[in-house]
Amino acid sequence: MIAPSSSVEPAEAGLASQMLEVSLGPQHPSTHGVFRMDVTLEGETVVKLKPVFGYLHRNHEKIAENFSYLASMPYTDRLDYFCSLTNNWAYALSVEKLTGLAAPERAEYIRVILAELTRLVNHSALAGFLLQDMGALGTPLMYAFRERESILDLFESLTGSRMMCNYMRFGGCRCDLPPGWLEQARGLVARFPSFLDEFEALITNNEIVRARTEGVGVLPAKLAVNAGVTGPMLRASGVNYDIRKVDRYGIYGRMSFRVPLGGRGDVFDRYMVRILEMRESLKILDQALRDIPGGPIMDPKAKLRNLRPKPGEAYGRIEAPKGELGFYLISDGGPNPYRYRVRPPSLINLTILEDMCLGHTVADAVVILGSVDIVLGEVDR
Amino acid sequence: MSGLLKAVLAIAGIMGVFGSCFALTTVIERKLLGRMQNRYGPNRVGPCGLLQPVADALKMLIKEDIVPHSADKLLHFLAPLLLTVPVWLSFAVLPFGRNLCAIDLDAGVLFFFAIGSATELAVFMAGWSSQNKYSLIGAMRAIAQMISYEVPLVLSTVPVIMLAGSLSLNAIVAAQGTATAGGLERWNAFTPWGLAGLLLFLIASTAETNRSPFDLPEGESEIIAGFLTEYSGFKYALFFLGEYLGMFALTALAVTLFLGGWHAPFAWLEWAPSWLWFAVKFASLIFVFIWVRATLPRLRLDQLLNFSWRFLVPLCLMNLIVAAAWCWTASWASPAAIPLRWLFCAALIALPGHGLAHVLRGQVPPPRQYHYAE
Amino acid sequence: MNGAGIIKGMIETARNLAGSYYDPGRLTTVQYPEEKLPPVENARTIPFLVYDGADPMAGLRCTACTICEKECPPQCIYIVKDQVKKPDYLGKMQLQPKVFDIDISVCMSCGICAEVCPFDAIKMDQVFELSTDDRFGGLLFDKTKLAKPNDYFAKLHRTEAGETDARREDDKRKAEAAAAARAAAAKESALEGSAP
Repeated sequence: MIAPSSSVEPAEAGLASQMLEVSLGPQHPSTHGVFRMDVTLEGETVVKLKPVFGYLHRNHEKIAENFSYLASMPYTDRLDYFCSLTNNWAYALSVEKLTGLAAPERAEYIRVILAELTRLVNHSALAGFLLQDMGALGTPLMYAFRERESILDLFESLTGSRMMCNYMRFGGCRCDLPPGWLEQARGLVARFPSFLDEFEALITNNEIVRARTEGVGVLPAKLAVNAGVTGPMLRASGVNYDIRKVDRYGIYGRMSFRVPLGGRGDVFDRYMVRILEMRESLKILDQALRDIPGGPIMDPKAKLRNLRPKPGEAYGRIEAPKGELGFYLISDGGPNPYRYRVRPPSLINLTILEDMCLGHTVADAVVILGSVDIVLGEVDR
Repeated sequence: MSGLLKAVLAIAGIMGVFGSCFALTTVIERKLLGRMQNRYGPNRVGPCGLLQPVADALKMLIKEDIVPHSADKLLHFLAPLLLTVPVWLSFAVLPFGRNLCAIDLDAGVLFFFAIGSATELAVFMAGWSSQNKYSLIGAMRAIAQMISYEVPLVLSTVPVIMLAGSLSLNAIVAAQGTATAGGLERWNAFTPWGLAGLLLFLIASTAETNRSPFDLPEGESEIIAGFLTEYSGFKYALFFLGEYLGMFALTALAVTLFLGGWHAPFAWLEWAPSWLWFAVKFASLIFVFIWVRATLPRLRLDQLLNFSWRFLVPLCLMNLIVAAAWCWTASWASPAAIPLRWLFCAALIALPGHGLAHVLRGQVPPPRQYHYAE
Repeated sequence: MNGAGIIKGMIETARNLAGSYYDPGRLTTVQYPEEKLPPVENARTIPFLVYDGADPMAGLRCTACTICEKECPPQCIYIVKDQVKKPDYLGKMQLQPKVFDIDISVCMSCGICAEVCPFDAIKMDQVFELSTDDRFGGLLFDKTKLAKPNDYFAKLHRTEAGETDARREDDKRKAEAAAAARAAAAKESALEGSAP
């Protein structure tokens, strides 16, 4: 019922118009953190966009070179602070590759359960924030956060902290599930689909949301692959690449789930792919919560202190909710890593922002940025 | 002397009632928005948070009034006044109850719209005098929006005026007072053209007062507050007041034109005080505004303008034809006349509406298929 | 129908509005500080030192091994060993800390210190109302401020305290049994040695 954005007319030829440079500055309610976009506007359309970040740089990689491997684990929580458990897992995975440790089965099941819960947390927060950027005054955001709170309560009762979980260890998990945790998790998984249905009723068929997001910020599949984009953004452009299926790390090989793919690669597709991914995560959670065995949760060979991996290098990656999160470690035999590098999915996905925003208006630029799903802790490290 | 006394009473009454209504609405809106978002609204200041406006007013009053160095001082000072004063004036012609109309002008509706349009000038003054290119662009967008939505606003009231035969608001309310056979009063909203007119009027007034989903001027304009950027303290409070009072004035006009003013819905309910009926209808329309604000995201400017010119204006013109059709079929006397007339008139407006929506959406993309990979 | 999505959205919001009056799931606010959520067993904020018995300084389990100081990621623990030794729960003489400072404005609540402590001496507390207006020393907790009794630990972390106490009891019994066995063996060898 409302015209799509392609009806924005370009400036008439021959009319001298000045280009306006606006800095959607670091302090801004819709840029998901301290992030700046220098946009050059002609009339209302964006002709150039330069993302400026680094306002949250905290020297994470350099700090890791001066401390032990274990000491970096709480710092990884703070990378993508919405999804601390998946950050922990990626780091634990790369150290396990470096040292040859392996987590026992129960620990792998716990890891998968927590990772999929984290995916639910992240995607529902993203849907809420996307609508918030569009001006929906926080109503979908509040609904999403209401559900997120029950998942965060689960995290608190297991790991001790709602967001900065610091739970995975090299060779397993820090502590075992407290009694009653599995029942609480099963109850949550049973309740979640009804929340998703309510949420979708509010948003998915809403004409205004459709008009604001359809055809906006199209990312062609070829460009996405060339730019190294990963995660739901890549799958929304139609490329079938999910590291859970490609690498089959952990016990994802045993789980049966599907990977939703979008058709057009615009903002609506990215939002919809995330909603569908949430439904698939619920399937994985059902299977994992049903099949989780008993047993130890740490590799008997693992030790907490004085971990000195043999000299070598390893790259461990997982399908984080935002994309491919990888840790590249080089060890020189000492207690501290020689080089510690994070492959942040938010940063790599952000490089393509200008191409997606050209030709759209400023209001669209904000919505497109929201659909890229960045967290500045990860972009800047 | 009694004329002066009447004037003073009217002014005091209107300013008192609608001033406190403004205060109450700010807190009720926040509480309702909160409840719709699964949280409490303000509930610390006073019982149930009802003294929150006092805290807000004190805060606005004691804030530092910053005027930019290069701003045009006189215009910067006058803009909030020019916004608020005409809106207060427009309350003068509205009948709030049986004998509660401050001034019974013969051209009440015309006066209302003429005075209401002065607010657009105030918005531009605010943007221009701030000497800030972002404020100026924000103000120009706001004016584009307000001017575009004036047209459907006025056009949607034309059938009412035509069928009542007068521009005087008292006469329009009186014309809606005579009961039909079933005791149902003749509110304009109980006719197809009245219902369509009410909906069009409400949409247009949401846009006129810069409320969600049309709050682009205050929301995202270059990400700063648009024409309100350089205003702080009491002047900002005056803008806020002007916006809410505009909403009240337009709501009161909607009640007067379409919902029968101070009449009860049924003839046997007329014993209740007339201003109470007015208040009930007024409050329910304000609730609808708040409800819409909580639910819908913002429209982009070009979508907003397209919506007005290519959907609302043609529909308003169609509404005139529907009103004519309703009158033309008034002579039908069969027992199934009323439903048939409704069907006929509803088709007259719904089918073009559907066609216009189709045209407005442009190229309809095929429904989205999400395929899955295993 | 055009506009159906908007209408569905508005019904959703209205349902939440109505539900917030009778359904606790639709109004999840806990009005702190009048209402507080029940404490969660595993939650962690800042560390504290556990002591057994009545005297905080004499019963302190910490032996100043400085493992927590080395492993702490933001390096917020500062320990100075004391030369005076004191007996631990098994009777063995151990070092003790003269100074044990934690700067809780630096502490990031990771819990690694509690994880690596071999003596169950430092555990994670759950207090979070720690604001102070003394910006020079208010957030630097010393030994006396950090020391809390074992009963407090048991109240906070019931399961973990139960396991720790059971283990320590076990160790004590084994140590006493070993000491008794050694004493008996020594007495026997003394008797044998003295018997011609």
